[in-house]
Amino acid sequence: MFTEIFDSYDWHEVHAGIYKKTAADVSCALARKKRTLEDFKALISPAAAPFLEQMAAMSHQETVRRFGKTMQLYAPLYLSNECQNICTYCGFSLDNQIPRKTLNTLELLQEIAAVKEMGYQHILLVTGEAKQLVGMEYFRKMLPVVTAHFAHVAMEVQPLDEQDYAELHELGVNTILVYQETYHEEDYKMHHPKGKKSNFQYRLETPDRVGRAGIHKIGVGALLGLDDWRTDSFFTAAHLHYLQRQYWKSKFSISFPRLRPHVGGLEPKTVITDRELVQLICAYRLLNGEVELSMSTRESRSFRNHIIKLGITSISAGSKTNPGGYAVAPESLEQFEIDDDRSPKEMATVIEQAGYQVVWKDWDTSLQ
Amino acid sequence: MITIANKTFSSRLFLGTGKYSSATMMEHAILSSGSELVTVALKRVEHQHADQNELLSHLKHPKIHLLPNTSGVRTAKEAVFAAQLAREALETNWVKLEIHPDPRYLMPDPIETLLAAEELVKLGFVVLPYCGADPVLCKRLEEVGTAAVMPLGSAIGSNKGLTTLDMLEIIIDQARVPVVVDAGIGAPSHAAQAMEIGADAVLVNTAVAISADPVAMADAFRMAVIAGRLAFETGLPDVKQGAQASSPLTAFLDV
Repeated sequence: MFTEIFDSYDWHEVHAGIYKKTAADVSCALARKKRTLEDFKALISPAAAPFLEQMAAMSHQETVRRFGKTMQLYAPLYLSNECQNICTYCGFSLDNQIPRKTLNTLELLQEIAAVKEMGYQHILLVTGEAKQLVGMEYFRKMLPVVTAHFAHVAMEVQPLDEQDYAELHELGVNTILVYQETYHEEDYKMHHPKGKKSNFQYRLETPDRVGRAGIHKIGVGALLGLDDWRTDSFFTAAHLHYLQRQYWKSKFSISFPRLRPHVGGLEPKTVITDRELVQLICAYRLLNGEVELSMSTRESRSFRNHIIKLGITSISAGSKTNPGGYAVAPESLEQFEIDDDRSPKEMATVIEQAGYQVVWKDWDTSLQ
Repeated sequence: MITIANKTFSSRLFLGTGKYSSATMMEHAILSSGSELVTVALKRVEHQHADQNELLSHLKHPKIHLLPNTSGVRTAKEAVFAAQLAREALETNWVKLEIHPDPRYLMPDPIETLLAAEELVKLGFVVLPYCGADPVLCKRLEEVGTAAVMPLGSAIGSNKGLTTLDMLEIIIDQARVPVVVDAGIGAPSHAAQAMEIGADAVLVNTAVAISADPVAMADAFRMAVIAGRLAFETGLPDVKQGAQASSPLTAFLDV
């Protein structure tokens, strides 16, 4: 399991190692045919900042070679905002006094109709962590409703046991996303003081359980800014490196949620700028030609317009991050603020104008 | 002309349909290539509404035949199911059998491929299996009744050319079904080389699809395949080190 590899690293040593990298290390890393995790450290280090244009050109080229001039579109669909966890950065945290909502079958069908109307075939189901209300029993009831309407179903839900993931696979789920938030164990505990999520170890081992259950695609990532984003990204890359070799039949994806400073919210420990986010995306691509890189609507229009060519392979649009947000209760509180509120059609036009084909369907639930 | 199963194609160039910047661009490139057999991933097609599919609507030309592929499946069982779906959706019993459980290098699984090929042949499919450049595996596939074999030149999308050249030559030498070199063909010269060593056809996707001008690149591949085939049929001279005097050993007989 990844725990063994994780335990062989020391956060502070990794941190120091990244910040020690020099321009010469970056040049070496860029010149290599196959890059290592040490090279990745150089590419995400401050020393790589002057190489950004070169990294972007290489990332673009490598992404086109592997994925072609295509961009996958998907939408998130929030099933519930019930949550038994306290997470210092999340709008759905247990200690936030907000109206709680879990979609019933009829409401889910309304939401599905609204999302399908926008053209979507790939859906990402999202929940908080509330085992009794929104656990396997709920998923068993709702998944057949969802799989009847979508070609590709991904889930971003609380960590589950291996047998549950195997069952989700049987129920037609292709992809499981589970983000570590931060690989800094002490800070993780500080940000997750209550609920099942406070168990760092169980979360760290989750992608292993997903992999053992034979899930087709596994998404990993860190909440950028919760801790030093460079160090967290190194651990994400090390996690990916391990998972790819252990669960060699699974595909992998990485997302880049970044914590932004906002009034009344949690102050990020480190702020990742637009330039640095581009650097990070390109660094992942140069480390790993096959990993899917995903971009949400947290980012601005301009950033998303330009990121299309720099390594990203899937993008959401018109997203609502509240249960019922598309049709049932559009006014309810969202988990995080959407920056780019363009419709999928508008986004598709932007993608096509950039010289890319929009891919609405690239899977079939009947294939698994 | 090349005949596979019951169909004859005037072009020995087959194309993929992925990675293009638009479906229109794909269509123009295919027409420019002269290809009459193009492969389509079943996962890209809405099989319940195949008639409304945008991708397929761009492939409706009298000379273009569809070769559905099973890309995305990981086992023989999934491949057989996918082939059956494809038969319904695209109304053809032809299938490009692709089972690559490893999503990084997309290397075909020889064991699952052989199992699936055997089953699909029994079910009446015309099976063209994508496989490693393994001469024994190619014979085994032929024995279970595949209509062709499609050994790889190098990894899919790698553009590295015929890194498996020696094995391909053995496969071509032994084959009693058409050999279609698939995957890794990144330049017209690679396609020409495959034809020169006697491959019956080549399948190209990435090199055309991601080219700055897919229509021109498709035309370049069209010409390369024709040139390579003509050279093969004409007979290329052996490659020799240095010059060779004429009849140095038997010249005395002429005296």
